[in-house]
Amino acid sequence: MTQQILFFVFGAIVLGAGVAVVTVRNIFHAALWLLLAFFGVAGLYVLLEAPFFAAVQLFVYMGAIGVLIIFAVMLTQGIMKEKQLPFNEQWWMAGLMAVLLLAVMVYVIRQLPAVTPQALQWDSIDLLGMAFVHPQGFVLPFELASVLLVAALLGAVTIARER
Amino acid sequence: MLEQFTFIGVFLLVTLFISCAMVGLSWVLRPKRPDPRKSEIYECGLEPHGTPWFQFKAQYYIFALVFLVFDVEAVFLFPWAKAYSLIPLYAVIEGVLFILLLAVALIYVWRKGLLEWM
Repeated sequence: MTQQILFFVFGAIVLGAGVAVVTVRNIFHAALWLLLAFFGVAGLYVLLEAPFFAAVQLFVYMGAIGVLIIFAVMLTQGIMKEKQLPFNEQWWMAGLMAVLLLAVMVYVIRQLPAVTPQALQWDSIDLLGMAFVHPQGFVLPFELASVLLVAALLGAVTIARER
Repeated sequence: MLEQFTFIGVFLLVTLFISCAMVGLSWVLRPKRPDPRKSEIYECGLEPHGTPWFQFKAQYYIFALVFLVFDVEAVFLFPWAKAYSLIPLYAVIEGVLFILLLAVALIYVWRKGLLEWM
């Protein structure tokens, strides 16, 4: 019962903050509302008993991505201009696409077989850590992730330095 | 598992309450006699000049990018470190290899002088 109430609380946070992101006039405030939406998603992960995902959500999304988005907003020239509603003549097309995406997601989720939750034998983070480095597990993607991160950093730095 | 998160939930509620109470109480208790001098933006005691809505230097962005990459690295390393006592030696070395590869990126950024404040 408490879980259901909490689910609706966090769902309301995500939805409310999401609506605020696209309707507030100040783009900087939109970035702050987006952080609140990220927080709500972290709460939903906790309710799904995925504490590692919740921590990653706080760590990477609210932490790093949040800082990145706020800095990106601070770098835009439009921040000095008159504040206006962030709508243009394509708003209805974006709305249509959002409704279509929702329909597709509802359809796909309804196709899935019902899952009964089971207690894990092991600590899920231990399992993840062992799978990352196990030869039959994900050791190659794990090392490739490192290479990918290096490539992303070098590319980003090269692009951002050009001025 | 959710029981353990009750503490975090209580902690969140208490922080929310304390921060709202601090702002709310000072709003209720303060004398309301504004003058233009008082309602100026407080900027560490200095007189503010210009608008706060100006375009910031692009260098902030590079710092944020570097931070993001190492944040994601930490996400990969945390489960590996947690499972440290459960994995054989070569698996530990795989993790060290992961760190070394990313250390190359750090050295690159450092040598390029991007970590210096310009």
